[in-house]
Amino acid sequence: MLSNTKKLLGTPLLASLLVLLLPALAGASEWRLNMTQGVTEVSQEVYSLHMIIFWICTVIGVVVFGAMFYTMIMHRKSKGAKAANFHHSTQVEIIWTVIPSLILIAMAVPATSTLKKIYDTDDADMSVLVTGYQWKWKYEYLGEDLSFFSNLSTPQSQIYEGEARGENYLLEVDNPLVIPAGKKVKFLVTAQDVIHSWWVPDLAVKRDAIPGYVHEAWTRVDKEGIYRGQCAELCGKDHGFMPIEVHVRSQSDYNEWLTQEKAKAAEIAALTQKTFSFDELMAEGEAVYQRACAACHGPGGEGGVGPAIIKSKVATGPIDIHIDVIVNGITGTMMQAFGEQLNEVEAAAVITYQRNGFNNNMGDEIQPIDVYNFKQGN
Amino acid sequence: MAHGPDKGLSRWLFTTNHKDIGSMYLWFSFLMFLVGGVMALIIRAELFEPGMQIVDPNFFNQMTTMHGLIMVFGAVMPAFVGLANWMVPLMIGAPDMALPRMNNWSFWILPFAFAMLGSTLFMEGGAPNFGWTFYAPLSTTYAPPSVTFFIFAVHIMGASSIMGSINIIATILNMRAPGMTLMKMPLFVWTWLITAYLLIAVMPVLAGVVTMMLMDIHFGTAFFDAAGGGDPVLFQHIFWFFGHPEVYIMILPAFGVVSAILPTFARKPLFGYSSMVYATAAIAFLSFIVWAHHMFTVGMPLFAELVFMYATMLIAVPTGVKVFNWVATMWKGSMTFETPMLFAIAFVILFTIGGFSGLMLAIAPVDFQYHDTYFVVAHFHYVLVPGAIFSITAGVYYWLPKWCGHMYNEVLGKTHFWLAFAGLNITFFPMHFSGLAGMPRRIPDYHDLFADWNMISSIGAFLFGAAQILFLYIVIRTIVSGRKATQEVWEGSHGLEWTVPSPAPYHTFDTPPEVK
Repeated sequence: MLSNTKKLLGTPLLASLLVLLLPALAGASEWRLNMTQGVTEVSQEVYSLHMIIFWICTVIGVVVFGAMFYTMIMHRKSKGAKAANFHHSTQVEIIWTVIPSLILIAMAVPATSTLKKIYDTDDADMSVLVTGYQWKWKYEYLGEDLSFFSNLSTPQSQIYEGEARGENYLLEVDNPLVIPAGKKVKFLVTAQDVIHSWWVPDLAVKRDAIPGYVHEAWTRVDKEGIYRGQCAELCGKDHGFMPIEVHVRSQSDYNEWLTQEKAKAAEIAALTQKTFSFDELMAEGEAVYQRACAACHGPGGEGGVGPAIIKSKVATGPIDIHIDVIVNGITGTMMQAFGEQLNEVEAAAVITYQRNGFNNNMGDEIQPIDVYNFKQGN
Repeated sequence: MAHGPDKGLSRWLFTTNHKDIGSMYLWFSFLMFLVGGVMALIIRAELFEPGMQIVDPNFFNQMTTMHGLIMVFGAVMPAFVGLANWMVPLMIGAPDMALPRMNNWSFWILPFAFAMLGSTLFMEGGAPNFGWTFYAPLSTTYAPPSVTFFIFAVHIMGASSIMGSINIIATILNMRAPGMTLMKMPLFVWTWLITAYLLIAVMPVLAGVVTMMLMDIHFGTAFFDAAGGGDPVLFQHIFWFFGHPEVYIMILPAFGVVSAILPTFARKPLFGYSSMVYATAAIAFLSFIVWAHHMFTVGMPLFAELVFMYATMLIAVPTGVKVFNWVATMWKGSMTFETPMLFAIAFVILFTIGGFSGLMLAIAPVDFQYHDTYFVVAHFHYVLVPGAIFSITAGVYYWLPKWCGHMYNEVLGKTHFWLAFAGLNITFFPMHFSGLAGMPRRIPDYHDLFADWNMISSIGAFLFGAAQILFLYIVIRTIVSGRKATQEVWEGSHGLEWTVPSPAPYHTFDTPPEVK
């Protein structure tokens, strides 16, 4: 039985190692093994700390496991090993208490200095308020009178219907955060509903977005480019579907973008005065519904984690209550206040669509100006 | 002699016998292990490749939540209580547990707790879907209605654990055989004594935090609701004040099991017994002052981050002492590698790997990159699966001949070990890579960048699952038809449990043994 034991110890171990190694040998760049070095001073410091502690662990591992395998091979009964009888040595215990303690102290020093750097949000060149919503991000450029929502832009058909996946599947958004290169950008991070976490690996920035708190983080990226991340705190059903896209551009490109965005915002604000046809409202409403409502109420209004829109009391009830629910949400439930997330045109369109789509056929409509007036308290 | 077991169902319903109750705990935990395992396989099946194929995201979240809750509270904790029930009286020379009726009750409320928790899957709105850590306000304002049943189930589990712990402490402190001083107790008894104190300290904290949730949900308080002046971060502080000792609750008894097995098969006494006891106590103490390392990214002040980082790094010292002592126990022994020994050695190696990633996670600035990624998932599965699960499995193989009087089949046992060992590593090792590559945890779908390692993980998971079916077969086969076991069972066995016949009679140590 003992020789049997030896055989069983050897072969499967080798086999299981092979199974682990084969893909690593065969694979191309997709088999990513390690953390990104990132593109900021902090992210590179974090990466080198990661590598230092990794190598410390590796060396300790080689020593400890080496000793174990040595003894497992040399001191087996089948080889005639006689058991020694030592069971105690204060000296040895002190040695293997003190040495690890010294290693830890050596490790704590650089870790402390990097942590201090992460916490140093002083002297920022600009600030962006980042707010997490289920399941999107809002970016507000403080002092610039510009804010917008950033939604996942991967089509549902790629996620649920097996359509060919795009290059940036699940890591792409409609409106990316744009920041200038070489500038210290401070992020003020908060959330509207549940806890989210704003994480971009290449910047080594991860900050929990918590309702009732505004926490600070910062970055300075010199290299222009697109950096992608994801929400890192479970925030409900579509936690996996609220990515982050950061575009770092030269100061002049950034300025140009800023001007354009402000012009766009002014245009949308002007539309509030316009009267739309029923068909225009329905078409826009369907698009808004799929983007903002479908996640909870179902793509066909059949309901999901939220109630159905088909024959719902709100969508088939008095229109001013419907506007109130959309604009202010329902306190104490998952129904968010969409007053800020949707502009007046979008809100009017989606309300009209909910009342007339899904066979609700209420036959009424509202215009952006009605939503505007409601928000003003008229 | 009217002292034998009752006949039929009433034996199990009304029993106050520590062996019967121990067996029920173990079977119950194995059932929960399979249920939680099926949920894990649903998760791994969905993650086999990018795109949503099998479940919807909400159900996916229910699976991750229920998998965690069931494995922690249903599989690991009851299994260790089962081992304690069986082995603590046998190891200290006591006739039974100190509080036998309470023992019966603390087991029998568990099936109701888990039936209630499981029933939430069939309720409107579905089962809890906010993660096993149930962070508010996702678990309060934004939770499905079934959260109330979850809260009540947690209350019952907590009551069960507290009663079990009181019983274990009372037994160990009052019922040791003459001559069995505290520093002569087997390490398994020591680790359980310390674990029981941890449980009594933190289960009420868990009960408190779920009660605060209940208040927020139904009675209009706003403990965790920022809009009402409450604080969502407070939830995390309270939860992890329970949660961190909880992870040691799941690992300290494992230390005890392994400290019993290694000396037996190395045929050499445990190295550094007293330093093992002190290290266990040190780990238990440190577990109370490191909780916020789970919260490095919530925006605590720099000073708090530093304090919790240093305290967390400190845990590596007593944990290292334990590992070094185990290696020294094996050193210059006369080793054989029966199934319990294989599981115990794998425990030492793989738990140490989990300890390494734990040390990496302790470095707060780097944790900003690791936190809430698959690297963390890899870390805690490396400490819990080869840690808790492997040690429980090792314990079952080690003591099963004493429990049922039959030897298991060694070839089958080793096959089980190698399948589980390979499955575990194929499942969890690649998770280090997907986490470092930037994959957040608890997501049902992902970018192609993470596809390769996820596919490997899923394959490993099904292999690991299959290995557990083999385990069930081996145990049943042993009970039904294994060959007779001797009283000592193992050549190198030491301790009171090996001085009673195999199978252990229904009542043991009616007259206390003398311990020299």
